[in-house]
Amino acid sequence: MRAKKSKQNEKNKQHRLNIGLAQMLKGGVIMDVVTPEQALLAEQAGACAVMALERVPSDIRASGGVARMSHVKLIESICNSVTIPVMAKVRIGHFVEAQILESIGVDYIDESEVLTPADEEFHITKHDFKTPFVCGARNLGEAVRRIHEGASMIRTKGEAGTGDVVEAVRHMRAINREIEALQKMNPAKLKKFALESKVPISLIEDIRKKKQLPVVNFAAGGIATPADAALMMQLGSEGVFVGSGIFKASKNKKDQMALAKSIVMSVTSFNDPDILKKVSREIISTMKGQSVSNLQNIEKLSLRGK
Amino acid sequence: MKKLSTNKIIIGILSLQGDFKEHSIALEKLNIQHINVRKKNDLDQIDGLIIPGGESTTIIKLLKRTKLFDLVQKKIFNGLPTWGTCAGAILLAKKVTNMDQQTLKILDIEIERNGYGRQANSFTEEVHIGTNKKTTFPGIFIRAPKIKKITKNISCVGMLSNKEIVAIEYKNIFATTFHPELTDDLSMHEYFIKKIVNKDLGSL
Repeated sequence: MRAKKSKQNEKNKQHRLNIGLAQMLKGGVIMDVVTPEQALLAEQAGACAVMALERVPSDIRASGGVARMSHVKLIESICNSVTIPVMAKVRIGHFVEAQILESIGVDYIDESEVLTPADEEFHITKHDFKTPFVCGARNLGEAVRRIHEGASMIRTKGEAGTGDVVEAVRHMRAINREIEALQKMNPAKLKKFALESKVPISLIEDIRKKKQLPVVNFAAGGIATPADAALMMQLGSEGVFVGSGIFKASKNKKDQMALAKSIVMSVTSFNDPDILKKVSREIISTMKGQSVSNLQNIEKLSLRGK
Repeated sequence: MKKLSTNKIIIGILSLQGDFKEHSIALEKLNIQHINVRKKNDLDQIDGLIIPGGESTTIIKLLKRTKLFDLVQKKIFNGLPTWGTCAGAILLAKKVTNMDQQTLKILDIEIERNGYGRQANSFTEEVHIGTNKKTTFPGIFIRAPKIKKITKNISCVGMLSNKEIVAIEYKNIFATTFHPELTDDLSMHEYFIKKIVNKDLGSL
């Protein structure tokens, strides 16, 4: 009994540390990178973390096939190339890929809808891991399910690889609106919401009381410009993931650096139009993008993993 | 919680990146006025500065890009009471031992970035405060730096049970390699206001 209790205590401490790392990332930009060189560029541009990947989402979208966890050697080489935290993605439900990432020693695991789901019924039981997890969510229900499974950071799903911010906006607004709606619910309705979301009522009550998620909430999916990033921040996001946006904007390193720096600054000064104008002037090109409204449901990554 | 009667002072929290909001929540609880520092003129009205946790490489770059770097450095040199937590402690250090990293070069210490390792090696441990071993603080160490060397005139404020120094003080400067802003314990914030900020205000 006592051993069990102390194990739980250890888990709680670890969870606190894991939420804490996400708190350190706040007000920052996490950039997708596919090589150690890109990771260095991201670090020099001022990224607060990088996401190590084999292909950025827009390439995954274009090439089709099954998208899996990146090659171990690639993730290791990116871990060794920068001093900022390194994240990497696993398929939804693929807890063995997560075990491998934990063994590599990545700082955060993204259980991501961008990769092809490995389990259509269950997400990873993230409480079983020491390494923190970030998960995507389209609404409060998805967010609380992931938190209940042990996620220590949430991001909007958005629609990755499109360069279209519309879904990220929709998801951020949905989460905000649903948290707001909790305030007006009576105990019976709260209980119903918890039941429908398949989480304990205590988690819903906690969110209601604090008027925010118990973990950090970033924006992701389709963010391509400094203005997009600042838009998400003004909508209440605590930081931003930029996937394909930077390295798909141009093949030229100088242009990539200009855009990356500009997005970093726009997240810091998201409320200052003069600075947003200034940093927007610095950019040379942005990614072409693909309108989400032209996608069929089957092409939407955000519909994976509810 | 007894509120401190220091309503007149204003603390600036460097708010370029990191957990600056957690510091403002702590100061709020202590009824201390505070502002976010993002631009030059924000520095004009403050009696003390907190450099929060975050990514030190990011914060240093943003200090440069916002042209705050030289001003902040000068203000601290000229006596602005300043507290750095984790990344903030790295920024204050004269030397980072394990990488070529620019800092404000104010505090005569050598510090090792990510001194305990990656996130897998982050930990929580009681910090022993002052000479009285009984006073402890719940230390949260996240990819924390390790203080490798301090000069004689720098005083140790907190250490781990293995004697490793994790909180230091020198004149107007206070540095902790852990994150008091992530706990509900306000005693480190109180310490900064009472001992570092007011001490200096008294001499004006």
